[in-house]
Amino acid sequence: MTILAQRPKSMTDKPMHYCPGCGHGIVHRLMGEAFDELKIGERVIGVAPVGCAVFADDYFACDMVQGAHGRGPAIATGIKRSKPNAIVFSYQGDGDLASIGMAEIVHAAVRSENITVIFINNAIYGMTGGQMAPTTLVGQVATTAPKGRDPKLQGWPINMCEMLAQITGAKYLERVAVDTPQHVMAAKKAIKKAFENQVKGVGFSMVEVISQCPTNWHANVEQALEFVRTKMMPQYPLGVFKDEGAN
Amino acid sequence: MTQKTLRKGNEALAEGAIRAGARFFAGYPITPQNEVPEFMSAYMADAGGAFVQAESEIAAINMVYGAASTGTRSMTSSSSPGVSLKQEGITYLASADLPCLIVNVMRGGPGLGSIGGAQGDYFQATRGGGNGDYHVIVLAPNSVEELGNFPKLGFELAEKYRMPCMILADGILGQMMESMAFNFDPIDPNKLGKFDWAVDIEKNGRPKRKVFSYKGDNLIADVTERAKRYGLIEKTEARFEERNTEDCDVLLVAYGLSSRACLEAVNHAAEKGLKVGLFRPITLWPFPSKRLLELAGKVKAILAVEQSLGQMVQDVKLAVGDKTPVYLKAYPAGGQPEGEAILQAAQSALSGKTEGLFDLQRHAEGFTYECKRDLSLGVQGDRKGGK
Ligand SMILES: Cc1ncc(C[n+]2csc(CCOP(=O)(O)OP(=O)(O)O)c2C)c(N)n1
Ligand code: SF4
Ligand SMILES: [Mg+2]
Repeated sequence: MTILAQRPKSMTDKPMHYCPGCGHGIVHRLMGEAFDELKIGERVIGVAPVGCAVFADDYFACDMVQGAHGRGPAIATGIKRSKPNAIVFSYQGDGDLASIGMAEIVHAAVRSENITVIFINNAIYGMTGGQMAPTTLVGQVATTAPKGRDPKLQGWPINMCEMLAQITGAKYLERVAVDTPQHVMAAKKAIKKAFENQVKGVGFSMVEVISQCPTNWHANVEQALEFVRTKMMPQYPLGVFKDEGAN
Repeated sequence: MTQKTLRKGNEALAEGAIRAGARFFAGYPITPQNEVPEFMSAYMADAGGAFVQAESEIAAINMVYGAASTGTRSMTSSSSPGVSLKQEGITYLASADLPCLIVNVMRGGPGLGSIGGAQGDYFQATRGGGNGDYHVIVLAPNSVEELGNFPKLGFELAEKYRMPCMILADGILGQMMESMAFNFDPIDPNKLGKFDWAVDIEKNGRPKRKVFSYKGDNLIADVTERAKRYGLIEKTEARFEERNTEDCDVLLVAYGLSSRACLEAVNHAAEKGLKVGLFRPITLWPFPSKRLLELAGKVKAILAVEQSLGQMVQDVKLAVGDKTPVYLKAYPAGGQPEGEAILQAAQSALSGKTEGLFDLQRHAEGFTYECKRDLSLGVQGDRKGGK
């Protein structure tokens, strides 16, 4: 008998708590596969965020640290500077990374910390029940934007890859999605590369994943995937925004 | 052990921390503690450690959270407004049972306050400071020598009880120069053993480890377990120093720089034939209540002397109850204590006078105050045209 697919060694067998159709679980799996393929599982130390992924510290088989909302890049900095041989990642949502943790992500990039950031952009505050995020789309309804995001009042969505691309220390920035098998494969490649970069000592690498949140988008899974394609992607185009890994 | 040399307080502290095995430092510039990150930036790398100038005090303490998670002797230093920002990280460190050293070289407050030395952060330091039920161990040096030697004690206590330890100094101590010696040989942290809780890369088949703050359903058990450590610390780790406490009429209670002025008062008193003693808490949490209560039974009055508006005096009153009257000589917001005035206050305390003593309600006697809105200044207006 040949085993065609199984749980990556770098993941635990703990059942995930995410809602059906959520993007978080897909991304976890891709990370686990990347750790296995790069054979770095023993060296990984992860930082779980405050957000729906707060329990990510249970799903990866590596040692994990879970800290304060938005501070992942600072915590990862402390770990990496203390254990330079560790492969350190910070896993963050959009509220975590692009709002409360804006200073931490920008300056981790400025210092070109040799860490990997996985940024889950679902344009909403998932865990707290669907409030407006800095990435919420214009017109998108949120519990704190009941009439939809109005740029006159709440400004426009923030594009993190494009913004961080201005920073010399940011070495690899790619935006991917997990809405189709093709996109999932591309996301896997990007995630793997972001960790490979760290192994090679390239410096700050981040993969932004456009991720579906059916629950707080008040959509079924199919509608959520449609929202990703028709609404999210025009605002957040997929692609590589920086790749200086080879230099 | 070293020879005595002349050193600035902040530099003695920084050097003492590296000697004590600190190998991670993150900080953000703020007066009057800048010599600490400056020293670290010059010497930490040579010692084999890492120095990071963080983008904020919030980032700095969270870097310490990460570094401490790996079992590295980690620290940050700041001054009052910066330590306020660190409170988020400090409560997370406490919740995740992480040992580390936090230094507060206090300046005048509230707010941006002043850059002069003060003791206004006593409540913040001893009551936890951040959200939730927790404590940090608080050490209060009163000399450059103690500043240099307390980092070792701080790391040892922090690691023994798996919790943050704070050194609460002030701007004058940090800036002044004194002759001092290190009373311990440099520690090589690479030769220290590992912890069974720290995250690491050499896993060798052991179960995964987690350092985490969210406890959910386990929170009650978590906090009550930690409270046992707190109780043990209160019972066994209180530190203090006494001067002329045998047979005195007035007992001064003061920590840090204030205790230096009190020592002057104690010496003057002896010259004048007055019986004044000094009780100096070295740990502010745990507060050395037990010994203070013993002494309270032997004296006629207790005078708390502090460079704040009546903070430490509350712990004195909690310790003493109504056994002995407790008075306050307060130098809030960076006022500098002075021996002669303290001595006069001590005499007032003894003779039931109020001269030189501070009492908030007496302070406001005859004072009235009311801030009013005034229509003759116009109306507040509406928000037309705004967001
Ligand atoms: C200091 C602080 N502020 C607010 C919160 C409440 N909070 C928890 S998760 C969250 C937002 C999470 O949104 P995001 O980062 O986008 O992650 P998602 O749940 O969408 O994956 C907020 C505001 C908190 N835990 N701590
Ligand atoms: S609320 Fe949204 S982001 Fe959170 S688990 Fe559910 S689908 Fe995923
Ligand atoms: Mg989100």
